[in-house]
Amino acid sequence: MPDGTLPVDEPSGGRQAAAGSILYLDDVHVSFDGFRALNGLSLVIAPGELRTVIGPNGAGKTTMMDVITGKTRPDRGDVLFDGGIDLTRLSENRIANLGIGRKFQKPTVFERLTVLENLELALRAPRGLWATLRFVLTSESADRIAHVLGQIGLSPKARLMAGQLSHGEKQWLEIGMLLVQDQRLLLLDEPVAGLTDAETAATAELILDLARDRSFGPRSLMVVEHDMDFVRSLGAKVTVLHEGRVLAEGGLDRIQADPRVVEVYLGR
Amino acid sequence: MTAIANSLSAAPARRFPAGFLISAAILLLVVPALNLIPPEGSPLHLPNYVVPLLGKYLCYALLALAMDLIWGYAGVLSLGQGAFFALGGYAMGMYLMREIGDRGVYGNPQLPDFMVFLAWKELPWYWTGFDHFAVALAMAVLVPAALALGFGWLAFRSRITGVYLSIITQALTYALMLAFFRNEMGFGGNNGLTDFKDLLGFDLSRQGTRIGLYLASAVTLGGALLLCRHVVGTKQGRVMMAMRDAESRVRFLGYSVTATKLFAFTLSAALAGLAGALYVPQVGIINPSEFSPANSIEIAVWVAVGGRGTLSGAVLGALAVNALKTWLTGAFPDAWLFFLGALFIAVTLVLPDGLVGLAARLRQKTSFRSRPRDSGTPEKKHA
Repeated sequence: MPDGTLPVDEPSGGRQAAAGSILYLDDVHVSFDGFRALNGLSLVIAPGELRTVIGPNGAGKTTMMDVITGKTRPDRGDVLFDGGIDLTRLSENRIANLGIGRKFQKPTVFERLTVLENLELALRAPRGLWATLRFVLTSESADRIAHVLGQIGLSPKARLMAGQLSHGEKQWLEIGMLLVQDQRLLLLDEPVAGLTDAETAATAELILDLARDRSFGPRSLMVVEHDMDFVRSLGAKVTVLHEGRVLAEGGLDRIQADPRVVEVYLGR
Repeated sequence: MTAIANSLSAAPARRFPAGFLISAAILLLVVPALNLIPPEGSPLHLPNYVVPLLGKYLCYALLALAMDLIWGYAGVLSLGQGAFFALGGYAMGMYLMREIGDRGVYGNPQLPDFMVFLAWKELPWYWTGFDHFAVALAMAVLVPAALALGFGWLAFRSRITGVYLSIITQALTYALMLAFFRNEMGFGGNNGLTDFKDLLGFDLSRQGTRIGLYLASAVTLGGALLLCRHVVGTKQGRVMMAMRDAESRVRFLGYSVTATKLFAFTLSAALAGLAGALYVPQVGIINPSEFSPANSIEIAVWVAVGGRGTLSGAVLGALAVNALKTWLTGAFPDAWLFFLGALFIAVTLVLPDGLVGLAARLRQKTSFRSRPRDSGTPEKKHA
């Protein structure tokens, strides 16, 4: 879907407008003890789209992810997935099972499980109690895990405890965990924080691969990042958040030329 | 990649413990043989009183195993495990009371002595069916499990975690203790249930019956150990451990934290109830002091001493601490509580992984010394 056809920062009010989108936020408000973390945020992501989100600290980026993944309930506003599923009423695990995966800012892998076991837990499979008690890893699933291990470069460390990995390796393991979930929408919160330049470049490659990969249907990604070189290397549409709402949206060059953006973010 | 499939699915079966088989042989064959075969007075003879004492320890070990499942694996520090144990004990005690029949002091064929004493005319409705052993045994498991399911559902659904969960489970066992102290509850008030005569027709004072109960405890403990081992070896077990270490992350992966905790808590309560049911006929009494909050804390100490999240450590810890307790309360009666406190502090500071962790560390050290080149873990490289 071309960029221009979707409303930008204009609350449309009707849920019909969400049709055809993978993620639709309309006029979302969240406040904590009077602090307005989100203040009329509206944002639409199309199926298969790669979107980067930037913004100064406190702009509401993490709160936005919390709202999408069910961790925080919005005071008002629509949060719709896949053209009409209301995410504001669902628990975190239900939302994850609908097809939304999240990578946290601080890498959170299960340190006292092996790399393999981390991936096995993330693997797309029934999540119920009985299913997990009876679970047996099929050879296709094992192949899938082996493939992802190769993609994230952790094959030689598959049997190590995840706690023994370096910071960069944990970031990658977490991305690997998103991969084996086969989610339709991935939210990546600062995926290159604390990585070396080489690791950052490799991560950008991996994210572009993910966005192009259609083997499990279209996959949308929303990447929140501070590193402007990294954002540029993704070459995707950029959304600038400021004080809990969208300030500007478009290509990075246009964004960087926007005086409002320069004032609140890039100029500092 | 079958190597990967193997390394995941074969996890529960790895190193089938020789220790388990050796312990089973000692507990099931050597102990009864030493009690029965050498004549009394022989240095090899195991005194009669030791058998039910060991049986009691095995019940505590089962209780510790249940604690390890909910605390060591699921990360929920339940300080109400003693309540489930006591409820299981009361269920068995009710059967044993009914078995007394008209051999009580008052000779009433229907009512236990304490009810006659309170001038009750008939059995309360909730004593129905407890004249059958199978009903009592089922209730010993089902009542604690149902309580854990209901209580846990309310607590876990509301996301009560950490120290708050520990406190409300303490409150649960304390409330039950106060309730069971009341004569009106129909469980014998502060005297509890005692003066048992026999179980399934076997005289409880006979050594043969005691050995039978001891063996039943050993077999149940072994079965429970295998069951827990199986559970923690499944993917559900790994979900538990993942939840213990990063609860919200598990939610975002799509697993229900509430369901995972409920499963572990309910299974743990059922095993604790079973332990209580085996315990009561061997000690001959169940009273409300079993609900005392201090008991539940002591269970946590056993598991911490043995090593959390290891199963065998829980068993080991329960046996070691209780053997020590038996000796210390005899030798230095006033010192026990101080010792227990000191032990807990020492384990927390010096042995965070308990006896099992200490054993693993010593093993590692010696193997490092003998094969310094084989460091086991590949060194970390950073790109």
